Amino acid sequence: MREELITSGRMNPLIDPYLNAWHWQIPLYLFLGGLAAGLLFFAGYFIITGKESKYQTTVKYGPIVALGAIIIGLGALLLDLKHPAYFWQLYTTIRFDSPMSWGAWVLLLTSVVSAVWIGSYLKEAFPKFGCKIGFMRKLLKIVIVEKDTNSWDWKFNWLQKFEKYAQDKRKAWAWVMVVLAVILGVYTGILLSAFNARPLWNSAILGPLFLTSGLSTGAALLMIMTKNHIEKLAYSRIDLLLIVIELFFITHMFMGFLASSEVKVEAAQHFLGGDYTVTFWLNVIILGLIIPGILEALELLKFKIPVIVPGILILWGGMMFRFIMVDAGQVIRYLY
Amino acid sequence: MRYGMAIDTKKCVGCSDCVVACQTENNVPHGYSRDWIAETVEGTYPDLAMEIRSERCNHCDNTPCVRTCPTGASHVTEGGIVKVTHEECIGCGACIESCPYDARYFHPDGYVDKCTFCDHRVKNGQDPACVSVCPTHCMYFGDLDDPNSEVSKKVATRKTKVLAPEAGTKPQIFYLI
Repeated sequence: MREELITSGRMNPLIDPYLNAWHWQIPLYLFLGGLAAGLLFFAGYFIITGKESKYQTTVKYGPIVALGAIIIGLGALLLDLKHPAYFWQLYTTIRFDSPMSWGAWVLLLTSVVSAVWIGSYLKEAFPKFGCKIGFMRKLLKIVIVEKDTNSWDWKFNWLQKFEKYAQDKRKAWAWVMVVLAVILGVYTGILLSAFNARPLWNSAILGPLFLTSGLSTGAALLMIMTKNHIEKLAYSRIDLLLIVIELFFITHMFMGFLASSEVKVEAAQHFLGGDYTVTFWLNVIILGLIIPGILEALELLKFKIPVIVPGILILWGGMMFRFIMVDAGQVIRYLY
Repeated sequence: MRYGMAIDTKKCVGCSDCVVACQTENNVPHGYSRDWIAETVEGTYPDLAMEIRSERCNHCDNTPCVRTCPTGASHVTEGGIVKVTHEECIGCGACIESCPYDARYFHPDGYVDKCTFCDHRVKNGQDPACVSVCPTHCMYFGDLDDPNSEVSKKVATRKTKVLAPEAGTKPQIFYLI
């Protein structure tokens, strides 16, 4: 057998012996971005289909969690930068070729749109001005006046007008939100697939796969959050469908790798017998997809399943999926 | 004008003089390197073939690093030299992830750094530091568009290869084999 042994004198920190330029921040951010995309997608979707009365938690509280997730995700991204004080340079240019530039702009737009969304529902979501924390109270009082113990209003006339405008044009906002959510969800995958230097990431299916996974984690969180039985059941059905789609995409990803060039076949081998096999199949496939899938199928068959179990498992699987993909993607490289 | 290099693998002895010259010329921080030596041994004993290469950024024609840069810090300058504007770099690492040769690294000062073909020397008509110090004269630098340049002649008359051509980057450093 012919063998090739390569020795290199290079030992650059974070590059050698294997690339580890991206750490926990990027996968965490990809997870939170996907989760936010899922939450916002469902909020927009149920407004468009006119079912908001049934999906109160999704429409009113989902976007609040989504905005929180985006903010934490952006914080993680900022920590990842080696020169965080220069982050604003992302917003001095639009580079259509660069997925990261797309992502930066989409995240900005999504934050603004979801903030408007939250604002337009704030009175319904929190009818009482019940804030007890001193400094928060003071902060909120800048824009809010307490009318009596049971209601509050915006302090400024233009805010009231804007609220009315946002409420009147809810369907239009919902469309914007759904489109942005899909772009955000796909982008979390495209960010990785745009690097042809990393054989594991360089697969076009990563976009739809990450979107599906994001929607599935969003649905799982809403399933845990809601107290409404109908909403819970609906999300358990949606999640079951998304799990099946995700398994289908993952199968296709590996089929694509195995039918591709040598580096990609080797990339797939890391998951099919190689060093990532146990981590991936245990955390992502078994714990993250198959077990919650079975539990949700049982629920459809009228078994009593506490939703927290499949919900947490799906969230865990979604997060591990991103951590493993980012980590393995950097280890698997071109050899020449 | 298209700058490129030809590196004679039959003449390179792997002394690392190019590496040290680069570190000195460009103030590369301690523990980092913009160029490096790779040795490959191929075959089964006793039929072994060894190849020694001085490697660096390939200043590719199709540059994934420039494409993925979100701020435009990574760019291609005159003559196809790929450079990073330090003041525009936020250190996101997208270019590092996109390079099949792993030719870039995070400078401790918070930006991404790489080989510049010593363009400050090239401007004055000098060779890059690595080329100028090579004791076996195994490296040739020059204009690939000029058929009479030494580098073009070497590429035209010798058998050549580039690194990881399957990555589709169209490298402009040619190894004479």
